[in-house]
Amino acid sequence: MAQILPPGTQAPDFTLNVTPDQKLSLSELRGRPVILAFYPADWSPVCGDQMSLYNEVLPEFEKHGAELLGISVDGAWCHAAFAKDRHLHFPLLSDFEPKGDVSRKYGAYRHNDGLSERALFVLDKDGNIVWSYCSPVAVNPGAEGILEALEDLSSKEKNTHGRVESPSYAK
Amino acid sequence: MAVLKVPVTPNDHIQGDDGAPVTLVEYGDYECPFCGRAYSIIKQLQQHYGPQLRFVFRNFPLAQIHPLAESAAETAEFAGAHGRFWEMHDGLYENQDRLSVPLMFELTEELGLSAAALRKALASHEFLPKIRADFSGGVRSGVNGTPTFFINGVRHDGPWEYEDLLAAIDARLVQLGRTA
Repeated sequence: MAQILPPGTQAPDFTLNVTPDQKLSLSELRGRPVILAFYPADWSPVCGDQMSLYNEVLPEFEKHGAELLGISVDGAWCHAAFAKDRHLHFPLLSDFEPKGDVSRKYGAYRHNDGLSERALFVLDKDGNIVWSYCSPVAVNPGAEGILEALEDLSSKEKNTHGRVESPSYAK
Repeated sequence: MAVLKVPVTPNDHIQGDDGAPVTLVEYGDYECPFCGRAYSIIKQLQQHYGPQLRFVFRNFPLAQIHPLAESAAETAEFAGAHGRFWEMHDGLYENQDRLSVPLMFELTEELGLSAAALRKALASHEFLPKIRADFSGGVRSGVNGTPTFFINGVRHDGPWEYEDLLAAIDARLVQLGRTA
């Protein structure tokens, strides 16, 4: 398995196609947590594949104000057909040209297969990686790790706010 | 290792004895064809193990890909509120190839329950909060698709054909010092 970027790393910025004629940059999402879900390929032949599961869990991610991005090397047209078929309500990005470039930057590329790893990253609102996880490619990692990371972020956020808001004389 | 975060309570749909050494929990979806296959596998396991196996079913409808899954789960919960959960559960899986809203009403009437009451429960989504609670608990426990099984609280990973589940349950029984 690849060595993916660990927590504490600044997430490398990227700009990828989100539809055949639209691009999205990671930096546009500053100010809220971001979940990056690299996965090998669209159209895995099971019910409740990883992306369909995240689609169902989306309301829980949204409670934390988090934005979810799915990323694979599939082309934008393929993503469009897949998202339509599975009724996905979050963007799928195409790491298509140069192929796997972004996945490589995150250490989440399988060189032998030419596919992205099943790698998850949770970024804080400043674009720092706070949690990352690489699953064996055949194992759907589920969503509980992401939810725990988002909860940690939310509770830290609250504590920081508490400190900022407490009057300076109350030392 | 993924473990069940929501313990089995009397509020669950349970078949079998509370004292059974092995509890098999399934997170399932009535419209998922894999769950449809798992249904008959579970029946075989129950026959094989008898009182040694307790079975618990929890809802995990993948509503975005299975448009009928949520209403089917609501229908089963509705029947459950009238003490007829397992009959409805079985009826839905046994007729999965023709799963539809009319089928839900047909099964309801066959059980002697009120179609009007079901209509009302579906319209008001009376049982949806329970189904959503099952779903959230499942996500928390590492349910990553359907069906997902837990054997005595530990997620069963990999294939779940009859022989696979049999081997896993036997192994658990041996660990507990019971002859499989």
